Amino acid sequence: MVRLITHNLLACHVKGCTTNNFPLVFQDVQVELQEAEFNPDFIRNMLSRLEWTALVNAAKQVGDTSLPPEQPDMMDDELLQKLHHVLMEIHVTDGAMVCQNCNHIYPISNGIPNMLLAEHEIG
Amino acid sequence: MIPTPDLSHLTRHDLEQVYDPAEDTFLLLDALEQEAEALRKECPLICLEVGSGSGCVSAFLGKILGQSSSLYLCTDINKHATRCTLATGKKNKIPLDPVTCPLARPLLSRLHHAVDVLLFNPPYVPTDTDEASSAQSSADIAGSWAGGADGMEITNRLLQDVECLLSPRGRFYLVALKQNDVPSIRSKMLEDFGLTSQIVIERRAGREFLLIIRFARTAVADSGSKSTS
Repeated sequence: MVRLITHNLLACHVKGCTTNNFPLVFQDVQVELQEAEFNPDFIRNMLSRLEWTALVNAAKQVGDTSLPPEQPDMMDDELLQKLHHVLMEIHVTDGAMVCQNCNHIYPISNGIPNMLLAEHEIG
Repeated sequence: MIPTPDLSHLTRHDLEQVYDPAEDTFLLLDALEQEAEALRKECPLICLEVGSGSGCVSAFLGKILGQSSSLYLCTDINKHATRCTLATGKKNKIPLDPVTCPLARPLLSRLHHAVDVLLFNPPYVPTDTDEASSAQSSADIAGSWAGGADGMEITNRLLQDVECLLSPRGRFYLVALKQNDVPSIRSKMLEDFGLTSQIVIERRAGREFLLIIRFARTAVADSGSKSTS
């Protein structure tokens, strides 16, 4: 499953593609919601490792607008729950992720992103 | 004793395409079980297994740390492996997040100094360089064992990235063969990257002598021994 937490960590790795290679943009996606056990400490601790704007935009691309556009200074329980839902419970099962810099298309099928490259694309 | 993950969902067809857990896998599980208390104390947030195969090891790590305590990222060059990894996670109720890719390439920039537990059971069998390259290109099961010169060609590529990936308190567990020249690996990692290491466990399995090496930025405390940082 490509959850949004994973999407927030994936960049294009085509040879020479080193700027504007994150985040990848979703294309033609099919989405499934699956409950995940809520661990507030995990969500709180992950904050510093997330790119908030990329997350908010990715969520919008899959139809979720529950997060504020700016990362808040204070995370109350309600916001932690929303963040948990967006990060951990939205699964992109099929579609693709596209690099905004080099336009490389990474397909997603059966919940797994294929980020293999052709010989000439490998750094 | 933590039970070995349930792999009964893997079919014979699956196991023709994906590495069937063997002595090296079980040695890594034993090493992680030995380190379980120390690992839990560290509260790892991001775990990454490179070359996850069936998903057995990450599912086991998930049982040690807890299904919601950590993110379990898994990569494999073989599409069948990432498919099996996903299924193994579901079967064992540990959410595993697989990505089909070589080593950790698409994760390197975002996971800079962010991986708390890094696992690698590499293709460590010494073969010709050609055999190793074509195994990686075909991205099939041969990629799970063909290791090129000294069995180290693929391992060496990941070793270049380990320091970039490891968080300040991160731990990297590597499966190695005696033939891979373990003292060399350890001294190179120390000299080139400042990573200290320890042999966590070792065992003779048939014709192979296997070791699990743990790397970290400073000497770590195991369960039952004092740290010396």
